[in-house]
Amino acid sequence: MSPSSNLRKEIDQHLAAQNREAALSGLRRFWSSESGPAAAGYVISCCEKLRPFLRPTPYKVAILRSFTLEPVTPLLRAAAFLAGIDITVQLSGFDTYVQQMLDPDSDLYAFQPHAVILAVQTRDLFPELWDTYTDLSRDEQRASLNNIGTLAEWVRIFRSRSAASLIIHNFEKPATPSAGLLDAQGGDSQSALIEELNQRLRGLAADLPGVHILDYEALASRSGRDNWHDERKWLTMRMPIAADKLSAMAQEWLRFLHPLCGRIGKVLVTDLDNTLWGGVIGEDGMDGIKLGREYPGAFHHALQRVLLDLHNRGILLAIASKNNEADAMQAIEGHPEMLLRERHFAARQIHWESKVDSLRRIAEELNVGLDSLVFLDDNPVERENVRLALPEVTVIDLPPDSMGYAKAVRNCPFFERLSSSEEDRKRGILYAEQRQRKDLEQTVTSVEDYYYSLNQRVELAKVTKQTLDRAAQLLKKTNQFNLTTRRHSEADIARFAADPDWDVYLARVTDRFGDNGITGVCITHRVGAVCEIDTFLLSCRVIGRTVETAILHFIAEHNRAKGVSQLDGWFLPTPKNQPAESFYASHKFIEKSRTDSGTLWSIDLRESSINCPPWIQLSMEQNAEKSECAYA
Amino acid sequence: MLERTRAIVADIFEVPLEQVLPESSPDTIETWDSLRHLNLVLALEQEFGIQFSPEEIEQLLSVELIVALLAEKIVLVESASA
Repeated sequence: MSPSSNLRKEIDQHLAAQNREAALSGLRRFWSSESGPAAAGYVISCCEKLRPFLRPTPYKVAILRSFTLEPVTPLLRAAAFLAGIDITVQLSGFDTYVQQMLDPDSDLYAFQPHAVILAVQTRDLFPELWDTYTDLSRDEQRASLNNIGTLAEWVRIFRSRSAASLIIHNFEKPATPSAGLLDAQGGDSQSALIEELNQRLRGLAADLPGVHILDYEALASRSGRDNWHDERKWLTMRMPIAADKLSAMAQEWLRFLHPLCGRIGKVLVTDLDNTLWGGVIGEDGMDGIKLGREYPGAFHHALQRVLLDLHNRGILLAIASKNNEADAMQAIEGHPEMLLRERHFAARQIHWESKVDSLRRIAEELNVGLDSLVFLDDNPVERENVRLALPEVTVIDLPPDSMGYAKAVRNCPFFERLSSSEEDRKRGILYAEQRQRKDLEQTVTSVEDYYYSLNQRVELAKVTKQTLDRAAQLLKKTNQFNLTTRRHSEADIARFAADPDWDVYLARVTDRFGDNGITGVCITHRVGAVCEIDTFLLSCRVIGRTVETAILHFIAEHNRAKGVSQLDGWFLPTPKNQPAESFYASHKFIEKSRTDSGTLWSIDLRESSINCPPWIQLSMEQNAEKSECAYA
Repeated sequence: MLERTRAIVADIFEVPLEQVLPESSPDTIETWDSLRHLNLVLALEQEFGIQFSPEEIEQLLSVELIVALLAEKIVLVESASA
């Protein structure tokens, strides 16, 4: 009996006994050892049974394609299910992608997807750079690049009709160029022209909100072009990708879907002994642990490099280690080869209590949900404990050999982001300032004294092209102080910003400890004399400091000036947004109606007003009114 | 070979193993459509280490027929490598 069929038996038993955490953990192990079409069917059947427990995020993906991708669909669904995403796929007919994008009544638009993948090949769209390359003159070869204008036109039409995110496969180079060795010599060549094409495609995506490029060229070369392709399957069933590479295709799509649907990790919690360094600091001492650029310390050094990259991209790092804190900190601060130092960690739990408790405390200290944590530990027993006790936490599966650690973390899709805003990069520093703020909170006597001592400034500005990605990111990630938790996409927000009846305001909060950056979003919609608050959220960094009152004051006064007499807003409860529950009631709003999904609150601006707290200095960016046409 | 084939058919079409019989076909298994047929082909190729031709793919229309064709192909593979 093979190990995987034993594992299946174990999973079936757990499912029958309703041991859902154990079944889920088994399924994840099963999927990492076997990811073919039959395994996918099995995983999907099991996940269906676990659905009420998994509560996966529903997500609709349309795939526009010019080649056979049917077998990727179950692989994508299985992998996504295990990551907490419930994907429904619509696969377009062969080569109908143009009609689908151009026809407003097409199946594509009727499906109302969250994301659309455009999977077309170089040989379909640019046959001049593929089959017929040597038939053409130099000028004709180069001129064929201009056909990208047609693709750009389709994409713009799509963008005007749908707010869905669009993921475009870029164009691959041929495994063997038509001109043979000559292709690599001098000037224009088949490969060079395709590179230029991809450069232009990148420019196209940068100009349009919510359009992203999947580097298919790099994906194929990562596997090795000869292995990636299956000529026989291409010629017999129009399937260019080899059967054993289909799961790599699914995985690559999933890397995009994680940030798009908000299934992301914000904090990487790492172990120390045999993870950040080889050996055990408490036994081997600082001179005995293995860490450095040479074998055997090089694997751990490489892992630290990956963690430092994540830190530089705004992912928080934290430590959960069973150790004497003094020993561990001495190594972190004193070992000459450490890339990560104390300042890189936003939280640390170093003691002999359980890692499950450590993870809980880290989530609490950093004000994030457990589902924002990703756990890294070389010890499979610790990993399994966390999986069973805290199924919300993402656990990275490490290979037995420490050589594979760095790659396993690099490949974790929970750290993928589709925009790298300045905020992200600075976040690590912000949290250090937050710690100082907490200290201050403990020394002042009254809460009002505390508010005054913070010296807060709230600056409101309309969303602009530069701040759009940050706005979309906040909508995607904010769970706690979020009144409606509507996950509008970047394209939706751009549309609102361009509509005179809608306002999208962003709040930047600064205080005596520094700049918290853009940490609040308010989206409103005016219909006659009534204005409805569609979205109102604050990042957890600035909760509990009356910033929300200042923003609400601004919204009320801004709309009053526009002739609005009534301000409405829904509170839609989720498992996480309790901190925002009493927001409307505490600002003199009156309950207007109640449905299964939430409560509608309302305030009559002719009778009431909302005062800005005296300890907050509120300002509006000078050109807030003039920037009305930022998107025109 | 029948058991391995039945197990694959059950996984691919997401039906309980007991429901997969030698005579099972697209007529008796609702989810056995042309789209998933391709997944079945890939799973069989992976499991048994063989390749089907386009003509053969069209013939794989019941569990019995699959097993018969597999038996034929695997004998060929073994005698070729012997």
